[in-house]
Amino acid sequence: MKKLLEFINNLDRRWIFLFIGLAVSLPLFFPLGIDFTVSHPVQGFYDTIEKVPNGSKILMSCDYDPGSLPELYPMTVAALEQMFRKDLKVIVTCLWPAGPPVVERALNHMAFEYKKEKGIDFVNLGFKEGREVVMVSMGASIPNTFPTDYNGTPVTQIQIMQGVTNFKDLAMIVNISAGYPGTKEWVQQVQARYNIDLVSGCTAVSAPEFYPYYQTGQLKGLLGGMKGAAEYEKLVGVMGLGTRGMDAQSVSHLTVFFFILIGNLAYFVLRALKGKEVK
Amino acid sequence: MTAEALGVWLGAGFTLCILSFLYKDNPFYKFAEHVFVGISAGYGVALQFHNVFLPNLWRPLIAGNLVMIVPLILGMFLFARFSARVSWLSRWSIGLLIGIYSGIAIIGFGSGDLVAQIHGNLLPLWGGDYLTSFNNWILCLGLIACLVYFFFSREHKGSFGFVARVGIYFLMISFGASFGYTVMSRMSLLIGRFYYLYGDWLHILPQ
Repeated sequence: MKKLLEFINNLDRRWIFLFIGLAVSLPLFFPLGIDFTVSHPVQGFYDTIEKVPNGSKILMSCDYDPGSLPELYPMTVAALEQMFRKDLKVIVTCLWPAGPPVVERALNHMAFEYKKEKGIDFVNLGFKEGREVVMVSMGASIPNTFPTDYNGTPVTQIQIMQGVTNFKDLAMIVNISAGYPGTKEWVQQVQARYNIDLVSGCTAVSAPEFYPYYQTGQLKGLLGGMKGAAEYEKLVGVMGLGTRGMDAQSVSHLTVFFFILIGNLAYFVLRALKGKEVK
Repeated sequence: MTAEALGVWLGAGFTLCILSFLYKDNPFYKFAEHVFVGISAGYGVALQFHNVFLPNLWRPLIAGNLVMIVPLILGMFLFARFSARVSWLSRWSIGLLIGIYSGIAIIGFGSGDLVAQIHGNLLPLWGGDYLTSFNNWILCLGLIACLVYFFFSREHKGSFGFVARVGIYFLMISFGASFGYTVMSRMSLLIGRFYYLYGDWLHILPQ
């Protein structure tokens, strides 16, 4: 017994890596179909977009890069699906340098699915350096802040941008955020000043920081990580990476929980045994 | 092999190089790490040059907008840090940057965080449904206990110490929740990579 406890206590962490690898891999090949419910913040995200009148213009700021792709790309795709289905006009911006190519891929994919036209139904304005300064500047003038789109076309020649001066001309803001600059800055610099509806999809790491904003109503909805993406996909009615990853997510969490449990058990039992030996 | 397929193979190769670190440090991991750092730095410099320097400064300047000489000079002052004799010049540029960012951040924090969050915690403790009242009690008690814990002008003893201790429990629960979310986030990244390896690269995932 003591030998087993000592083995667990001194377990080479590479065994844990191996078990985590298996816990993630196996459900991808043999899906378990574990059911999950939709939480209030995710429902809020969906409902806020749903309430916007068809044909309205929405700003979607995709502030992430390929490093957060597994969590945030499914949200981006599902959000575009919901917005294109409602015939909303989507203006995309990025405050992270490596963001535009990622969003361009999602936009092209969804535009093909829904037969949407670039420049008429959506536009990718690309990246702009300046973080909060860009947000403040957009409050004064979006065309001056982003004079051209991602491909270099002047915004004055883009149909969807006609009549868009600042946030007052937009129905709401959808922010997909991986960190700084992201949701926190959108709340502080834009939502608080212009009182515009804002929803956020963020990485799981940053979600706990944003729940207070949801509680106060500064955020109308919140998607936290892949779990949030999966719940949102369920509402939108699509089967994306978020949903497909949920089994692997659940099994890997159980594995982590199991190792924390047996690690602590082994530690405390061994400590108690050593205490007895000393006495 | 098409360019897209080559990209997938390269991506898979570098993913495996990085994952090999889980066994132990090795030259493949180091190679992938150095390539990543180099490409990121190069991409960043090129992007800043084309996205910031050219459209915001250079093009307006050569078009005759002479006001742009001011940011040009302030920008050049930043390079004065390389010489001890004239490094004091860089303080003007840094001072301007700090001033602008501080002003923006303070206004944003004041209206977006401080006022809104205090307002959000002025909650009714009685009335309404029981669950909402219970949640409001928990929130207010947790807030007060945590604030007491961070009040260091008085020794944490007696009833004051008890409340501070309750504050520690609230903080520990919030750290636990944050850690749980962090695990979820890291697992999501691993799932994304495995999807790439099994799906995009090996095509062995069931449809």
